[in-house]
Amino acid sequence: MAEPKRVERPLSPFMIGPYYRPQMTSMSSILTRITGNALIAGFLLGAWWLIAAVSSPGYFGVVNWIVTSWLGWLIFAGMAWAMWYHYLTGLRHLLWDTGRGLDVETAEKLGWGAIIGSVVLTLLTLIILAIF
Amino acid sequence: MRYLTDRKRAVGKGASGSGTEHFWWMTMSSVALAFLVPAFIFVFGHAIGMSQAELQAYFARPFPAILTALVTIVGMRHFAKGAQVMLEDYTQGSLRKGLVIFVYSLSWLISALVLYALAKMMFLAAAAQQITN
Repeated sequence: MAEPKRVERPLSPFMIGPYYRPQMTSMSSILTRITGNALIAGFLLGAWWLIAAVSSPGYFGVVNWIVTSWLGWLIFAGMAWAMWYHYLTGLRHLLWDTGRGLDVETAEKLGWGAIIGSVVLTLLTLIILAIF
Repeated sequence: MRYLTDRKRAVGKGASGSGTEHFWWMTMSSVALAFLVPAFIFVFGHAIGMSQAELQAYFARPFPAILTALVTIVGMRHFAKGAQVMLEDYTQGSLRKGLVIFVYSLSWLISALVLYALAKMMFLAAAAQQITN
């Protein structure tokens, strides 16, 4: 019987920092991953809140207190920003998938667009939600 | 002589064993979410601050209920597959397997919690309507 050879496969090295100067392209890319994964916090809190809404009034009171407290506001405002940022860089990905906008200058502009755009959209969201 | 056709040999190729299926699924779900998410941000944000009774009535309505269900189901699958890529980049071996199972389980758990809450709100609304009739 052939002994199965254990192959030590390398992981993709973490380049930013020791090997790779932080740039708009790499930073806006890793921020997409960070925001996308961080959004799970918002979904956890949201799901907990909805479950509490169909539980006893006492239990709802506790969870609703967290949701409507400054901490809840901070989490959901942060989630709104993470959502908008991930949204805009997601659109950038769809554009890149068509082979367009891949040159450094355009990619950097799109990175700035996502950062500024996500802040503007978050502020707009908070203002609209505060009015209506 | 090769008995397999070129196409047959390409099927299932690659380190993933599933070709570009993962990539294509992320593309499809991201387009779906691009349409769903802007509306969801406002529908969900609008509900924050409501009383328990208001909340139950709000999410029992067709538009908030169906939109929330769609965003949760598509979004949680999108999350699970995205988190899987991150874990595959930074971990390996049994740890990787364990963490991928964990994020898949978590995404299904959240989906089930949201769908249960929405279903119960619809039943409560229907029951309330029965009483008033």
